[in-house]
Amino acid sequence: MDYGTAGTALATGILFGFVLEQAGFGSPCKLTAQFRLTDWSVFKVMFSAIIVAAVGILLLQVNNTFGAQGFYVSEMYLWGTVLGAVLIGAGFAIGGYCPGTSVVGLGSGRIDGLIFMLGMVVGVWAFAGVYDTSFIQTVVNTAYVSAKTVPELFGVSPWLVIVAMVLMLIAGFAVGRALERRTQGVYTAEDITEGHAPDQPDDLSRDLGREATAENRSD
Amino acid sequence: MSCQVRPLWPPFVAGIVLGLVLLLTFVLVGNGMGSSGAFARVATEIGLQVAPEATRENAYLGGMAQGNPLAAWIVVAAVGTLIGAILASVSSGRFRVKVDRGSGRIGAFPRLLLALGGGILAGFGSRLAAGCTSGVGLSNTAMLGVAGFVFLITFFIVGIAVSMLMRRVW
Repeated sequence: MDYGTAGTALATGILFGFVLEQAGFGSPCKLTAQFRLTDWSVFKVMFSAIIVAAVGILLLQVNNTFGAQGFYVSEMYLWGTVLGAVLIGAGFAIGGYCPGTSVVGLGSGRIDGLIFMLGMVVGVWAFAGVYDTSFIQTVVNTAYVSAKTVPELFGVSPWLVIVAMVLMLIAGFAVGRALERRTQGVYTAEDITEGHAPDQPDDLSRDLGREATAENRSD
Repeated sequence: MSCQVRPLWPPFVAGIVLGLVLLLTFVLVGNGMGSSGAFARVATEIGLQVAPEATRENAYLGGMAQGNPLAAWIVVAAVGTLIGAILASVSSGRFRVKVDRGSGRIGAFPRLLLALGGGILAGFGSRLAAGCTSGVGLSNTAMLGVAGFVFLITFFIVGIAVSMLMRRVW
């Protein structure tokens, strides 16, 4: 790996971790609250990020800025993707993180993030241990989907897919806001830092905080 | 150092900036951001240190042990992710060394066991899907990939279902 590659990897990685932490995604409480449907930050952040990136990628391809080859799109073996998503979704609900956010959790001081990362290494070894079995070989090598992209699969314009995604984002925002208001479930920076539940503010520490503020003022 | 906890970025703002970071990654590197690949690489490296022969002979790890430039790239990106998260949390007064026990209804040790178990599932699953929420869910979906949409829909349905069993924890 040359210095240019290492530099871009480090720089984009730093930006990635910085933004995820600023969104509150180092907190397993906030992350899993998406699955309890009380805090819709994960959906909002991910979906708007996908749409922004997808529009940018499409515009770059229209102008053919980066040649006809385009950017990398991975192939899909349906059962591998589905079963993998099942295990990652379950692991998220149980452990509180996905692979990337566990690193962000550690970066904000969470030891459980580090343990989740250790668990992933063990999970890779477990996978390597059973890789030769006919079950795993069947899962990762069959049901190949030749259409790599959704526009290719349905034979529609990519812009139509983007429009559909924007409509989904708007619908998600509306449903999310209604549920967030009903449950009062959105975690603030204070909640995730001090370990409060959003609907049960810790009165004692809130009073202490008020006192501290008053003291600061008198200084 | 300021002890004041700064507010989080509004989700829409964080989403737009994250989208631009993802776009920048595509432009600079040619593929999107990934995370789980770094753990596969680290698992291979540890295997090479502890049991070199078994690792090289293993049908899955053996291929990676021969060296894959993308895998090396992704490890540096993961180190960057850690640095970026430290910079953000420290500068915003949100850095706390702790075991995050959610609502505090379970002890630290059970919480760490759950984190370990969740990590094992995610590590295994990421090898089946050849990626995780970052590489498949975010990056592949930004390319309007079929795998990304299949991944996200399955991920959210299973996450919601399993989280119903985990109410006591959070």
